[in-house]
Order: sequence, then C-alpha cells, then structure tokens
Amino acid sequence: MKFILNDRVVEETSLPSDFTALRYLREKRGLTGTKEGCASGDCGACTLLVGAIEEGEVTYSTLNACITPVQSLAGKHVVSVEYLAQLGEGLHPAQQAMVDAHGSQCGFCTPGFVLSLAGLYENSSVKEQNIDRESVCDAISGNLCRCTGYRPIIEAGLAMEGQQGHLLSQQDWLKTALADLDNPAANTKYLRPTSLAEALAAKKQHPEAEFIAGGTDLMLENTQRYKDFDVLIDLNNVAEIQQLEEQGEQLIIGAGVTYSQLENFSKSAYPHLYHLLSRIASRQIRNRGTIGGNVANGSPIADMPPILLAFDADVRLDKVDGSSRTVKMSDFYLGYKQTQLAEDECIVAFHLSLDKLAEFHRFYKVSKRMEDDISSVLLAARFTLNGDQMTEVRLAFGGMAATPIRVKAAEACLQTAKVTDDVALEKALQALREELNPMSDMRASAQYRLDMACNLVRKTWLELNGNTVPSFSGHPVPESWLSLGQEIGQQEGAKHA
Amino acid sequence: MRKLPDNLVTAQAAKALPIHESAMKHVTGEAVYIDDMPEWPNELHVATGKSTEAFADIVSINLDKVKAYPGVVDVILQADIPGDPDVSPVLSGDMLLAGDFVHYIGQPIFAVAATSLRAAKQAVELAEITYQSKAATLHPKDSLTRQEFVLPTHTISCGDSKTALAQAEHTLSSDLYIKGQEHFYLEGQISVAVPNEDGGVQVFASSQHPAEVQKLVARVLDLPVAQVLVETRRMGGGFGGKESQAATLGCMAAVLAVRNRCPVKYRMPRQDDMVQTGKRHDFWNSYQVGFTQQGEIVAAEYDMVGKCGCTADLSDGVVDRAMFHADNAYFLPNARISGYRGKTHTVSNTAFRGFGGPKGVLLAENIIEEIACKVGKDPLDIRKLNCYQTGKDTTPYGQQIEEDVLLTLIEELEVSSDYRARREAIKAYNKQSPFLKKGLALTPVKFGISFTSKHLNQGGALVHVYTDGSVHVSHGGTEMGQGLYTKVAQIVAKAFGIDYQRVNVGSTRTDKVPNASPTAASAGTDLNGMAALDAANTIKERLREFAVEHFAISAEDFAIVDDVVSLGTDSMGFPEFIKLAYMNRVSLSSTGFYKTPKIGYDRKAAKGRPFLYFANGASVSEVIVDTLTGEYKVTQVDILHDVGDSINSHIDIGQIEGAFVQGMGWLTSEELSWDDKGRITTNSPANYKIPTSADVPEKLTVKLFDRANGEETVYRSKAVGEPPLMLGISVWCALKDACASVCDYQLSPPLSAPATPEAVYYALQAAKAYQAGAIASEQ
Repeated sequence: MKFILNDRVVEETSLPSDFTALRYLREKRGLTGTKEGCASGDCGACTLLVGAIEEGEVTYSTLNACITPVQSLAGKHVVSVEYLAQLGEGLHPAQQAMVDAHGSQCGFCTPGFVLSLAGLYENSSVKEQNIDRESVCDAISGNLCRCTGYRPIIEAGLAMEGQQGHLLSQQDWLKTALADLDNPAANTKYLRPTSLAEALAAKKQHPEAEFIAGGTDLMLENTQRYKDFDVLIDLNNVAEIQQLEEQGEQLIIGAGVTYSQLENFSKSAYPHLYHLLSRIASRQIRNRGTIGGNVANGSPIADMPPILLAFDADVRLDKVDGSSRTVKMSDFYLGYKQTQLAEDECIVAFHLSLDKLAEFHRFYKVSKRMEDDISSVLLAARFTLNGDQMTEVRLAFGGMAATPIRVKAAEACLQTAKVTDDVALEKALQALREELNPMSDMRASAQYRLDMACNLVRKTWLELNGNTVPSFSGHPVPESWLSLGQEIGQQEGAKHA
Repeated sequence: MRKLPDNLVTAQAAKALPIHESAMKHVTGEAVYIDDMPEWPNELHVATGKSTEAFADIVSINLDKVKAYPGVVDVILQADIPGDPDVSPVLSGDMLLAGDFVHYIGQPIFAVAATSLRAAKQAVELAEITYQSKAATLHPKDSLTRQEFVLPTHTISCGDSKTALAQAEHTLSSDLYIKGQEHFYLEGQISVAVPNEDGGVQVFASSQHPAEVQKLVARVLDLPVAQVLVETRRMGGGFGGKESQAATLGCMAAVLAVRNRCPVKYRMPRQDDMVQTGKRHDFWNSYQVGFTQQGEIVAAEYDMVGKCGCTADLSDGVVDRAMFHADNAYFLPNARISGYRGKTHTVSNTAFRGFGGPKGVLLAENIIEEIACKVGKDPLDIRKLNCYQTGKDTTPYGQQIEEDVLLTLIEELEVSSDYRARREAIKAYNKQSPFLKKGLALTPVKFGISFTSKHLNQGGALVHVYTDGSVHVSHGGTEMGQGLYTKVAQIVAKAFGIDYQRVNVGSTRTDKVPNASPTAASAGTDLNGMAALDAANTIKERLREFAVEHFAISAEDFAIVDDVVSLGTDSMGFPEFIKLAYMNRVSLSSTGFYKTPKIGYDRKAAKGRPFLYFANGASVSEVIVDTLTGEYKVTQVDILHDVGDSINSHIDIGQIEGAFVQGMGWLTSEELSWDDKGRITTNSPANYKIPTSADVPEKLTVKLFDRANGEETVYRSKAVGEPPLMLGISVWCALKDACASVCDYQLSPPLSAPATPEAVYYALQAAKAYQAGAIASEQ
C-alpha cells in the first residue's frame, strides 16, 4: 500500500492487516509526537489529520490513529504533528496559538489538540468559514486534557481566526502526488474491494475475514483484547454503500456513510437528527464510524438503531451468493448482540420513508457526559398526526433492553388518542414501566433508566403540545433558555410538572 | 474571559513572564516522554498476570502455556525477586508480585517479559490459576463495622462537643458517601530499566518521587541505593497517581532487566492502569452538627472512614489530611473528628491532588448548605458567619489562623461576582420556570501547606554556573506539567539578577540531588525553589566576596541587575564577570537546601502546627438543571484565589483553572463503579468520563488575590497545585442549591458525590417529595 506521510510517499508491503496507524508512526517511522493515551479512541492523544481529494480539492479530517489500521489510509495524505512546523516559517498557527495561550501543561495530549485545531484552521480557511467557540469545541470534542481545564485551548482555537499560515491542502505538489498513488485493490491479507461484488467475493474467498469500515468498534478487539485479525476486508471504497440521498419517496443511507457525512447532510433538512448526531461519540470517531457499523455490531446501546426503528426503516442485506434481501429494522435484532445479519452477509443500506421523516419526531439522549459518551437511555419518538389525533406512534429506545427496542404496548396506548389526552399518556408510561426491564450498570441504575424512559416520552409529549422544552446538548446553552419566561408557557408547564 | 487584576501584573509584565519551558516542544511533538525514547533491539516488554479474586489464597499456578507463548522470554513469580518483594512506600504490605494470597482483583501474581507488549499481553491470559476464595470486604462502611483497618484510628478534638451538641438549639445528623476519582493522567504509568556494567541499573521513571523508586529498586534487587540511578525528565500528568505507585513499574522493569541483562520497558496500557493502580479514596463520612438559630456552628462530631484498599500505601496521610480539612474555612468551637483507615479488598488507594483534603472540605460545605436551609438563610451568610476571623481563629488541632485573608477574599468575590443580585435573579427565574432550575453557590477553600509527615518538608538543589555565564539547575522536584522547572529557573535567574534564558533546568536525577521528597503536597516550588535559591545565593555570595577583593569595592557596591554586574563605578556583563571569577578560582557550583520552619504536630496530643501556612480561595458557580432528567450545565464560574506573590501568573492561573475543572469532574461526570465481586467496572475512558471542553463554561473568570504570603516562602509566593481543586465543590453545592429550589429551599436534599445527572435527578425527587409532604401536612 502507498500513502503520503507528511512530505513523502511511502510504500509498505508486509504490514499485518490490523497494524494500527499509531504503531506504524511510532514503531516504524520514529514519529513519536503521536501519543497513545488509551488505545480505544476515547482520548484523542493520537489524533492525525488525513487528507483525500474530494470534489477536486484536498480535504482534511481528523481520526484516532490508535484504532485505525494503517492500511485503511492507503491513497491518503497522513499528517502528523511533526510536519506542521515544517510547512512554513516557524510554527503553524495552531501551534503558535497554543503556545501563546498557555494551552499545554504536561504536554502529552497537546499534539492531538494541535492537529484537531490545525484541521479546523485548514477547513475554515479553505471554506472561508469563521472559527467560533462552537466550532472549536466541536473540533476538540474527542481530545481529553487533564491539566488545563480547556479554557486556554479554546482560546487558542479562537485566536487562529484570521491568522495567515500555510495550508496543507494548498501545497502545489500534493494533489498530483495523491492522484499518482496507485493502490491495488488487495494485497493478500488487507483487501480493498471497490465494489460490492468484489467485497462479497472477497468474503466468499476468506470466510474468516472481518469486514471493516470505520473500525471504531471492531478495532477495540485488537487494541483492548489483543485479538489478531489476519484478513480484513475494507469497505471504505465500496461505492454502493456510500449512497446518501433522497430518492423517490425514500431517504437512502448507505451502510458506509459516516456520522460526519450524515451530520452534514441533515444539518438543514433534519435538525433533530443533526442535533442528536452531535451527541454521538467525538468528531474523530464521527469522521470514521459508519451507520452500518453502528447497526451491525448489534449493541443495545448503539444510538442509530432506535432512530431507524422510529422511522420503520428497511435494511438491505446482500449475501456472498449474490442474493439480496430486505429486513425490517423492527425484525433485525434477535437478542443480545444477535442480529439477522448472517456471517456471509453485508449491510448495504437503510431505507427510510420521507413521509415518515416529515412527521413529528424527537430524539433524546441521556448520558453522564454531554460529549462523547455512551447513552444511558436514548429515545427516538415519532408521532403521525391527523389534526390533533394520533394515528401512528413509535417509541424506540436504546439502553433499555438486550437490544434496541420499540415498546409496542406503550405505542398502542397512544395510537388512537388525541395529543391532549393526558390519560392516554399516563397509560403509555405505565406500559413502559411494565414492559421495560433495563439493567443496572456503571452508566445508570435500572430505576433511573426506567424513570428517564418515561420522562423523555413526557418531554416529547410536551413538545407535541406546542411547548418548547429545552434539552441540553454538548453545545452552549442558548441564551434564550437562560432568560425568564422563554422556556415554556407557564400554565402548560404547571399542568405537566 | 479571565483577566488579571491590574495592580498585580501589568499586561507588559505578564507578557515578559516566561512560558512553560517545554511549551514549544509540546506543540511540535518534540518533548520526549519515556515511551518515546528509542528502543534497543533487545528491549523486552512487561505484562502481568492478574488476580481474578478480591480475597483468596492461591492454590495453584500453572504457567506452562505462558512460558511457551511465542515471544515470551522470561516469566517471574514473587520467589524470583532477588531482594525484598515489598515495595510499600512507607509501611508494608505492597508486594511487587503476590505470594500465597491475593487481596484485590487485578493484583499482579506473575510477570512476563516478551519481545513485544502485544505478545506479553496475549501470553498472560494463558495462565491457569486456582484460588481458595475468602469473604471480601468491599465497602468502607463494612470495614468500620468489622473494625478492619490498615492503620490505627486517629482523633482530633477541641472543646466539649458532646455537651455542646446536647445543648445546641438545632442539630443535624446524617452521612455523606463521597466517591473517589481516577487520576487519568494522559500518559499511563511507565518505566524503562537499563542494566549497567556494575550490576546496577538505571531507571527512567514517570514518577513524582524518583528517590523512592531508587530506594525500592535497590530493595527488590538487594543492591546498595547508590547502585541505582533514577531519572525523570517529565511526566504526562501525575496528579498524585505517580507519587507512590509509579515505583512498582520501575521495580518490575529493574528486576527483569537485571535478570535478563537487557533493557526492559514496563508500560501499563490504559485498562491495566485503571485496574491496577490506586485512586482517590472513597470516604464515608457521618456527621452530627449543633448550631444556633442564626446558623452559627457550636459543635461538630465527624466520623470519616477512608476506603484505603488492601494496604496502607499513603493512606495515613490521606485520612489525616481529610481530618485536618473537615473544618475547611469554618471555626468549630467544640469538635471531635475521628479518621478511620478502612481496609477493603480493592486496589490500594493513593495520593490524588488534595490528598484527602477534598473529602473534608466537601463534608464542611455540605453541612453549610444544610444549615442554611434549616435556618432559612442564604448559604453565603452561613459561610461568612462561621468563617475563621479574629476571635474565632483556632483550628480543632490547635493551629492558629494567622493571616486574615479568608473573609476578605470571600467578600471581595461576593462583590466582584455580583452574587447577591444573581441570587435574586435566580430565585425569580426558578419561581417562573417549571422544568429548568438554576443554582448558585460560593464556596471557599482553606488548604494547609506542608507535608503532614514532617521529615518530607525538605528540598535539595544543585546549581552550576559555567564559564560562558550559563547556569544549570538540578533539584529534587519533578515536572508533571505544573511548571515547576519554569518557576525554579525564574527563581534562580532572579536570584542572580540574570536573564531567564541563561538558566537551564535539567531532568531530575537521583545522582544530582539525593533523598529528595516526592513532588507532592503542592510543595514543589516551596521546597525546591527555596533550595535552588539557597544554592544560587551561596554562589552569588562567593561572587560578591571575589568582587570585593578583586576590585577593591565595598560589598554594597556589588550588584547584578539585568545581566549587568555593577562593581562600584565599573560594570561588566555577567558572562565576562563569570569568566573572570573562574580565572580567579572561584567555586561556581553549589548545593542548596531548605527545610520548612515552624511546623510540628504532636500526634499523641493531636495538637500542633502541621502547616506552615494556608492557601485560600473561593469560587462562585452557577448551574442550570433540567428537572425532567437531572442533566445540567455549568453556566458561569468566578474564581478568586490566593497564591501569595505570584511567581508566574500564567502558570498559576493554569493550575487554578485545571484544578477547578478536575475538581468539578470529580463531583459531576466522573463516577467510579465497582461490581459486587470487587471488580472495577469503570476500567476505560469509554465508561469513566472526565470533563471535555464542552463542560467548561464560557463565562470563566479567574483572578489572583493580591497579597504576599505572610510566611517567608520563596519570594513570598504560595503553593497552588492542590488547593484550587476544591473550588470545584462550588459546582456541587450549586447543583444542590438548584435541587433545593424545588422545595423552596426548605431542605437541602441529599446529593450523592459525584452529582451525576442520575444523582441530581433523585436529589430533585427527594426535594419534591419533601415539598409534597410539607404541603400535605399544612392541609
């Protein structure tokens, strides 16, 4: 495989399939500026910038090197901290701003922050976007610092605004060099199919191989449990699973679509989805993790499945024998970490009805920490209305059972009720308490999960009745919530309190 | 954004202050941490086989498959350790490898050295170990019931608390369980050992206490201490977690290095680090307080049980410090404070920024919130009423509060943060807002500075001046990001009167400064800065004597200012003068030493002066809570903190902000969790959540309280490492205040620590239930 590492093309022919980019830089290249803080994609000390040509321009995004197989970076421009100061005279604006703002103390997390900020600087400069507090916090959402308390780092990020510095993407040699990288579809152990047919053929040939896309979950097996993966089939170049568009009466989300792609796509069209996506993992993880991966791993605490359940999504699965089938999301989960997805199958896409997407819906996530945390409880709710009459209700939860789950008994209580029928609501909540039997773990107690399941439905109900019930997110609290009388009509509130 | 008070540091002066000595290297990735050092081709890597039982006798161990695993070079058990396997810092019981029994899940039983970390980690999983389980004690409350302690109980008392309680107008009695905290230094524990040609060993350790690593490596290898050299250039964070427990890694690497005659690296992957190294102690505190209708405390009785884990480690000092801080800023005329060293079959808990202090301070602040609701006053009024002041200035252990700082500082912050107006606005908001509630709290901290183990209050330094006028400083302190090297270089530069850039602080080595104390207790600059100052002054005095003789001037005519040496009517540059001194055979090297004066604590009488002085501070936090879920945001924080005369305000403000956020994390999102077998379930950053940038309020103001230290510390500065961690308690109190709002502040509902959204939700439910009960009883 070939890629560009900082300022030169490198070629590797004998790396193990699961060899991470972090180990590669540190052990094979002596580039020790990239640190291992956790080896699980949670701390960002190993953050790298990775560039690829998109729509004719080189675009950079951040990722966690600790859980990224280096071979998945074939054809890309990989930038480590060592390179930034070599771009122009002196330090890169991100580095200079960190120094000026006293943004480092022990310094171990600093290279990761520098790269996250450098990526923000690069993208903001190229796209001529402002750097504000929200974009800085977004860029560093996957970077943990234990020393500074972040204030000086945020200040450093803001200080980059308007700075003149050399841009990675504007280096005259780069585009040609990237275009010239030829990467064969496969070496023997790390396979890079470019079509679904090739991917399935590869799986047929190597039944023991794992499919890998973002690898943000799979690679933890390798870095936390020390499991070796001999053969990996990288799905990132399979065109058929990258689809993300409204087609006819459906929204099609390819299994290979990343959270970041879906986030961009939903920003204006699906604000509630956009809002929730900002609560899933970190920027680095969202740049790599895919919607298909989130569903395929079968986790009961994954955040996308309840959303897909709420919209009655269909899942398209393709098999190595060339056959294809469609499974309803509501039938997809069989038990704890068990799904309909067979060993010899691959998720291609999720199909959602545009009509249903246009209906009233809300998503709420409760977790200990706002940014980059796993849900204690997640609710995805959808209400189909005919005037003030409900005709279809979906209440789908994560974190409440062995699988993502819809509570049909509770849905039934509301299905034919009026939106103002508080008795129906109480019945539905009672049904939730009867149907759900969540567990206690380090994230939340069973009791809290159950209470939240009910209160999140209550929140949705208040919104359904025209109230604005603020929900905290990782983003700053809007000023309007903090001033008097903006929150909710007082009478309504008093009624439901 | 933060602003410096104009009278303290002018913008220009602040700009002239040095940045962190490694800042440029941090941002370019050039700063070398131990794992970044080049590896030798024959270097081996360590992993340990861990106990799966909390308390058990080991029946059998079969390591055949481990030994046969590809890449494994050596496997050792306790019996293979040539010297004493006990690596306890102070007392005994911390075995490098377990012997006949295990006493926590995760305890190392055997160690593997392999050609790669991966091979070592894969190999250790293949061990077959059988156990005879025993009944484990997992909760500090149980250790109190069963009277299982790692060390004897200590009690401090003053006045007659029993009688005063009986006669008090009001009493409160309850308990508060305070969970511990994972250090989560970004650089995990690590050591590399390289054997030398004399049978000794050099150890590169990420340690806050290289001298102790040296001592313990010598002990496990049965070598003279002088045969062991330990070096620490920098740590990627320490926070107390690398004070005692870093030694295990150095010792293990050293034993395997000497056995195999090759360099050995022991780096704990994050999960091992979170399972195998100690944390901040949980504390179970029960309390009884008596107070007047005005809210003045007349009596207090506290029983404080620290969850020490399976061995003593540093727990004696930790529990003592919790007791010394149970008063926090408040005068207790009659008090009994008992501290128990609870033994549990869990990893041995250790130092963590604040060292027990935060458990005392949180207890005190919790009590204030409760008293305020009981007597129907603003908690700030209760704080000011009870605050140490003239006439109310003796601590329960008999130390006088000599500086009149606390109340002034609180009142200054009260005004600058606009506390009273915000309190009114919040009350009005809460009345009208059905789901969102705001809370506000101003909490002070008074933190005693000095090690409570008297002998540790000493510092050493070694200063060389070279013939070009450059200066090299070694001292016993270690750099973990807190800026100690920067401050010491500033101190030496100032002492000589030369440019800061001339001074180079080298890595901390046990062959430069011997027997150094740990860099802990916030005392790094106080001790090592003073020692370096002493060394610099010794050399400067020699230079003065030389100048007087050589130039026939009076002593007063000699001065060095801004790199220029004044010699009566003449002057010359510092390098030129140094060259001249050298040519005239003046010794240009000196050691320096410092021991903290005045301190002493009589343990038998439980009275004395454990601390040279107190560092003080206060913070105001405002929060907004979603009552439907318990989720919240911290919306504004104002801090005023006392660092004496600041040596480097950038570094001090960095310490204050960082400590505040770490303290906030301890009491909000960071929750340690253990299952009923004694297994820690929060073993990764995926399930243990330290704050992110989004948790820090945009409105964060930090000001330095402008007053010199009353004691003769180095340039009248004050220690800053730990005290501001307790400023985070204002967030917890503000959350409690928001919860109390739903019952119109008639009750300060019990709130767990940490106050996770779940904890806040149930505190709100308790307040609602109280309110409902109050209404029902009225009807």
